[in-house]
Amino acid sequence: MSKVNNISTADSRWINWFKWSSPSTFYPVAGKLIPIFWALTAIFGIAGLWVSFFVAPVDAVQGQGYRIIFVHVPASWMSMLIYLVMAGWAGLGLIFNTRLSAMMAQALAPIGAWMAFLSLWTGAFWGKPMWGTWWVWDARLTSELILLFLYLGFIALQASIDNPRRADKAGAILALVGVVNVPIIYFSVKWWNTLHQGASVSLTKAPAMAQTMLWGMLLMTLCFWMYSIAVSLMRVRTLILERETHTDWVRQLNEVNH
Amino acid sequence: MWNSPSEFFAMGGYALYVWSSFGACALVLLLEPIVIRIRNNAVIRRLKQQLIAERFDKESSQ
Amino acid sequence: MNAFFAIIHRDLLLVMRRKSEVLTALFFFVVVTSLFPLGIGADGALLRKIAPGVLWVAALLSTLLGLQRMFAADYLDGALEQLILTPQSLVLLVSGKIAAHWLVSGLPLVLLAPIIGIQFDLDASSLYVLMASLLLGTPVLSLLGSIGAALTLGVRGGSVLMSLLILPLYVPVLIFGAGAVYANSVGLDITGHFSLLGALLILALAFVPWVSAAALKIAIE
Repeated sequence: MSKVNNISTADSRWINWFKWSSPSTFYPVAGKLIPIFWALTAIFGIAGLWVSFFVAPVDAVQGQGYRIIFVHVPASWMSMLIYLVMAGWAGLGLIFNTRLSAMMAQALAPIGAWMAFLSLWTGAFWGKPMWGTWWVWDARLTSELILLFLYLGFIALQASIDNPRRADKAGAILALVGVVNVPIIYFSVKWWNTLHQGASVSLTKAPAMAQTMLWGMLLMTLCFWMYSIAVSLMRVRTLILERETHTDWVRQLNEVNH
Repeated sequence: MWNSPSEFFAMGGYALYVWSSFGACALVLLLEPIVIRIRNNAVIRRLKQQLIAERFDKESSQ
Repeated sequence: MNAFFAIIHRDLLLVMRRKSEVLTALFFFVVVTSLFPLGIGADGALLRKIAPGVLWVAALLSTLLGLQRMFAADYLDGALEQLILTPQSLVLLVSGKIAAHWLVSGLPLVLLAPIIGIQFDLDASSLYVLMASLLLGTPVLSLLGSIGAALTLGVRGGSVLMSLLILPLYVPVLIFGAGAVYANSVGLDITGHFSLLGALLILALAFVPWVSAAALKIAIE
């Protein structure tokens, strides 16, 4: 049953990579990984929420309202990261013609779209009390909105093409074209001087915020990250079942036979 | 840090905004796995029915 | 290079035989832009303010209307497959199709814009800036549109889906194009807007034909 890849055993280095690109080998592995990521989500989530509400102090300017940062920033970072990962998987699927890479991209899209939506939602609820407006057409908000539309376009395109392989490849091209938007979001606060505040966290300089606030943000980001992985693995397992219904290994699964 | 639960829920006057934000996130994060689980169950149910149908066909043709 | 001009010649010939499609899109541009002064009233100052946005959005929508034409007709009668099978580079052929599309969809918009602009009470310098921004922007619209047209070839409900896919990509062009006209009307510097429009055009020219060719191959196979 595991003889899905009839590649010669001479070059074992190649087998290792492409073995994991077979849906039949990946399905049980994903199943074992999902509880681990849920556990990590819970741990980081509890720690993050604790720091956000009970350790991080009141902000001098924004009072208690600034605590929205502990969900706004993680959602925003995740929306960008997930798009890059999704485009990466889609690109790999296009280059190596592997079904599973394309399925992974398809699995990541919905949670990425939700992250972009939450980024805009929490940003609006933060903007109203602090800067007096629910929305403004500055560079960062506009490009985040475009990111949401790109996610929705990717999902819509895959949903409307009947042939799954063509849907995979067409979606991959769309995802790769949209990648250029992510650096725009990231650098927009540097390039344009508008409403959204500048970068407070950078990899090279000391952050311009209190230590506890930074820790809260990082823990919540890790929580969202583990959650995204857990949910994407769940979804890719469902996708594998939906797309591989004709194969023997699916018919022999415990869930289906019981 | 918080003198009482009511102070915690009031969030210094920003209750609507803070809890709408955290609430929306909690809602999405809790509903997503449930939606996926529903879809997964539907697929498995369909596969089981398919298997039963095939076994039936095989038995009746023998 | 001969193939490039041959394709343009062929597409223009086909368009001339069916002028109605092209003229419909242009007529749409004229009608939509005329509706705004009618709906808002003869408030000159207000019209001048909304003119860049309205004209640019109308140009966008008019381009979208004509995009299906780029590949759909050839796809339906099998000519597209033959074009892909020719020894000429598909990138060159796609570039030719995009150029032909711009010549009948984008260039007329550039030429019509001053006439429409007068309806909105725009002064001469604004009209020049409007024409220049459309001249730089409409090729980008044709280029980016070709990606959407290629991706949704033969798909049910393709034209609506195509609009959904392309409009996010059009947003930067809209922002800088309309922004240039608006900035000029209030006396601000426009070189920034035009630099970015130019950059968008160069990037699109460099990458899009290759992307659209790949998308066409996926749609055909």
